[in-house]
Amino acid sequence: MQTNENPTAGTADPIVRFENVTKAFGELVVLRELDFSVAPAEKVTIIGPSGSGKTTILRVLMTLEKPNAGYIYVEGEPLWHKRKNGKLMDADEGHLRKVRGSIGMVFQHFNLFPHMTALRNVYEAPVHVLGMNKEQAIARAEDLLGKVGLADKKEHFPSQLSGGQKQRVAIARALAMRPKVMLFDEVTSALDPELVGEVLSVIRELALEGEMAMLLVTHEMGFAREVSDRVVFFDNGRIVEQGPPEQLFGDPQNPRTKSFLGATLRH
Amino acid sequence: MFDELVEFFDFQFALEILPQLLEGLLITVQASLVGFALAAILGLLMALGRRSENELIAQPVGAVVEFIRSTPLLVQLFFFFYVLPRYGLRLPPFIIGTIALGLHYGTYTSEVYRAGIDAVDTGQWEAATALNFSPVRVWTAIILPQAIPPMFPALGNYLVAMFKESALLAAITVNELLQTGQVIGTRTFRYLVPITMVGLLYLLISYPSSMIVRKLEARYAN
Ligand SMILES: Nc1ncnc2c1ncn2[C@@H]1O[C@H](COP(=O)(O)OP(=O)(O)OP(=O)(O)O)[C@@H](O)[C@H]1O
Ligand SMILES: [Mg+2]
Repeated sequence: MQTNENPTAGTADPIVRFENVTKAFGELVVLRELDFSVAPAEKVTIIGPSGSGKTTILRVLMTLEKPNAGYIYVEGEPLWHKRKNGKLMDADEGHLRKVRGSIGMVFQHFNLFPHMTALRNVYEAPVHVLGMNKEQAIARAEDLLGKVGLADKKEHFPSQLSGGQKQRVAIARALAMRPKVMLFDEVTSALDPELVGEVLSVIRELALEGEMAMLLVTHEMGFAREVSDRVVFFDNGRIVEQGPPEQLFGDPQNPRTKSFLGATLRH
Repeated sequence: MFDELVEFFDFQFALEILPQLLEGLLITVQASLVGFALAAILGLLMALGRRSENELIAQPVGAVVEFIRSTPLLVQLFFFFYVLPRYGLRLPPFIIGTIALGLHYGTYTSEVYRAGIDAVDTGQWEAATALNFSPVRVWTAIILPQAIPPMFPALGNYLVAMFKESALLAAITVNELLQTGQVIGTRTFRYLVPITMVGLLYLLISYPSSMIVRKLEARYAN
């Protein structure tokens, strides 16, 4: 059963917490003193107009972009900073590697390794990053490919797979690292419409399993409504409004949310 | 007509000196292959050095690469051949020659590596970060295996160019193909036959090699 009450939201131990995070590209301020958190196992969807900074939220969390100011905590541990004598100093690569281990990401354009088979795409990191024994890692990779419905494609290279299949391999690859939080950045928007469903149903199943927190950016409003514990409407670098999906979609309070939802629903 | 040609080009003599010239050709091929292996390794190191986030590495490496690229190979050969022994470093001419070739061509291959590495999609770096690979693993398992195969045609072109330019090693007494032809010339006072044959032997290797490179180009063009 999918529940929309989130027992841990707002308590002291979010799995991810943004505190006053600001990110600018040159003059363009993309995140404005953002405060935001995700509870363990919580499924949060971020919606908002194009260019509002949704992808940037995921990218600073995945350490692909460095914030200009503020703090991000993952399981209470500062991500971009290192505690030293009670102060927070800039993190080094070693610290980033340690903390980002609990985060996984699925990209809009899959970013599979084109020179590796589907299977090796999935077991490469568990072997070389987690130090898993190779036979075990392969067995688990096979399980995960089975779970995303691609057991029979394990020896295929990415170029031999459809977009939907590639994205499912990418999901299996991220799952293989057993992240506590998984980030999905518009993972169906590069797909032909008829391939969207197979990817969404894999994500839906993950959401139902429950234990992994998920942070999704999507334009699929129906899907957001279905899987989310909380929907965040983001605009111009700020959270405009957030709440359980029935509230945000059914009874939005802010005029900007209303007009955004009105525009997207009309399409 | 054939008689005139025989009078002009002494085939008997040509046959006599062929074994000696083939020995020279062998040295030329060896110098090219060893020089190229060096260039392939040094070029990668130079390219990585120039990309380093540490300016104390990137700047000096960049300066050295530009310096070597901007000075003639012959000057570098003379420098190593005449200057190093003054400081007690005595190396056989063949070794000096291949090191100079490798260093000089390394500056060219470093550009090939740079372009090849830049051509790898940024999404590959991002996926590698998201999966938390170590920097060494990112390079060896993800970036270079994608960057290098498309570089084969450009590297092949440099190999062929280096094969021809290795004739400069004659200037530092390496008994490669050209030097062998010259030695035969001074010994017999006959230059036409040996030098013509030297040219033909270069052609014999470099023309088919260029054909192979063109095949590679067709294969990696898309
Ligand atoms: N590396 C960058 N350099 C400069 N500007 C950038 C960079 N990345 C993003 N931006 C800009 O930052 C703003 C926010 O980008 P972001 O990708 O986070 O938006 P988004 O909400 O994900 O949009 P979309 O729905 O179109 O994906 C945009 O105006 C974008 O052009
Ligand atoms: Mg985006």
